[in-house]
Amino acid sequence: MKIQQLSIFVENKPGHLAAPIRLLAEAGVDLRALFLADAREYGVLRMIVSGCERAAALLTEQGFVARVTEVLAIEVSDHPGGLAGVLAALDATGIDIDYMYAFPCRDAERAVLLFSFADPEAAIEKLQTAGINPLASDELFSL
Amino acid sequence: MMIATVETGIADCHPASVQDFLPIGELRALQLERLQRIVERAWQYVRLFRQRMDERGLTPADLASLEDIARLPFTIKADLRDNYPFGLFASPMSEVVRLHASSGTTGKPIVVAYTQLDVNTWTSVVTRCLAGCGLHHGDVIQVSYGYGLFTGGLGAHYGAEGLGATVVPTSGGHAERQIMLMKDFGVTAICCTPSYFIHLIERAAEMGIDFKQLPLRAGVFGAEPWTDEMRRHIEQGSGIEAFDIYGLSEIIGPGVGCECRHHSGLHIFEDHFYPEIIDPETGKVLPDGDEGELVLTTLSKQAMPMIRYRTRDITRLLPGRCACGRTMRRIGRIGRRSDDMLIVRGVNVFPSQVETALLQVEGTLPHYQIVLTRAHGLDQMEVQVEVTPNMFNDRIGALQALHDKLQGALDRVLGIRVRVSLVEAHSIERSEGKAKRVIDRRNQ
Repeated sequence: MKIQQLSIFVENKPGHLAAPIRLLAEAGVDLRALFLADAREYGVLRMIVSGCERAAALLTEQGFVARVTEVLAIEVSDHPGGLAGVLAALDATGIDIDYMYAFPCRDAERAVLLFSFADPEAAIEKLQTAGINPLASDELFSL
Repeated sequence: MMIATVETGIADCHPASVQDFLPIGELRALQLERLQRIVERAWQYVRLFRQRMDERGLTPADLASLEDIARLPFTIKADLRDNYPFGLFASPMSEVVRLHASSGTTGKPIVVAYTQLDVNTWTSVVTRCLAGCGLHHGDVIQVSYGYGLFTGGLGAHYGAEGLGATVVPTSGGHAERQIMLMKDFGVTAICCTPSYFIHLIERAAEMGIDFKQLPLRAGVFGAEPWTDEMRRHIEQGSGIEAFDIYGLSEIIGPGVGCECRHHSGLHIFEDHFYPEIIDPETGKVLPDGDEGELVLTTLSKQAMPMIRYRTRDITRLLPGRCACGRTMRRIGRIGRRSDDMLIVRGVNVFPSQVETALLQVEGTLPHYQIVLTRAHGLDQMEVQVEVTPNMFNDRIGALQALHDKLQGALDRVLGIRVRVSLVEAHSIERSEGKAKRVIDRRNQ
């Protein structure tokens, strides 16, 4: 149910975003989704990639601060109201969202919402009770 | 060659350690005899020293007791620089078997020289250090100090060989290889800077290697000031016993003093290095127990005798005798240097205080740098802290909380407002395994 996400600490300076991305490119890592959260002097790059653990190990080996984190992926229809419906269901469960981002699927019909929850186990349970099934890793990559 | 261990009835010894236990009376007599001889030698062969003695109307014959040392002129670091390269040598070049030099980033380096006898003395004092740490024939000692002009690597190397241990001369750098060899060779002890060892603990963790599962049992750390918090951090993170070793190239290199297993100060090998504590302002000698600047006189060094060399290290001579039975007096751990002190907006700040603050914050490892700048006539102090994989949480809120905790700890310990920056791992420059702690750009 949980999806592996690659998180990287980057300083907010010219060239600091390019360096890890270049390394991943050279290693043939495919980026499925990407989100950059920024504070004033640094940011956190969050990505859904192929071979997440290998990518994290490669980055760490090269001196980057990277780790594998876990998010939940929820598929919605890519139409007005798709996200609103899921958020309404989440609201009703009272689960706290740490952060989220989204990407559209290649068929332009569906989108994937990625959520980080403080307590992912509890979130899965409540989502399922509400009739929402988070995607498994292979389902996500087949979209 | 087999090196037999002498039955002294006291643990942690090597034949060379016998000197550590000289009866006080014998030790003082030996010191006076050697002091008279070394002052005579410096007076004979070192022009600067003779000049300074002449100015004071002194000759070597004026040294009737050890207390008379207080009448002699000091030597300071600038004297070595001003007499670059060979101006303070007391031996002809043909007798000099080794030269070392500081890595000096500004101007000319400091050059030091050794005769064969000096190299032998150096070997024996480092051997005594390592023996005092409980190391012996049969140990496998990895020397991760830089080899070369820097005294750390070769000094530790010769001492470990003198001990009869197996030496693994890895020198500095290549952390992964260091860790691999440590594991594959069954290394039992390591000599390096404390900050480099912390770096090795981090890298080993990233490689999935736990030092606690290796035969490694002791670390002999020196070449930079460190704190008790760092010691705890090292011991808890690696399961080894950490020892503080002290030395400086001007005097001989590593091996001027070292902790024994009682960890209650560092024994100075007084039969070769005579310690005094002075008031750094007035130059007056202070009684044992008072804190001040450590001044050392080499009692047996031939190629380059140092008379009353001002180390700039702030410490005290601990009164009383160590439980180990050594008669060699002890100095307290050196947490700061008189020339390390920064004055920021009129407040005295020592890098060691920054370390203390950073270590109070859980999970923070001490790779940091202080950057001083001036804006609108006011000093600005920034502390850059490297984020390690352990500290990294991908929630911005958690990173801000870490930042605020560091900020709070620094404000409390330093008493002035500083700016904290979280920076990427390995982004702070390191040289010879020594982290460069302070960048002062206030006068640029």
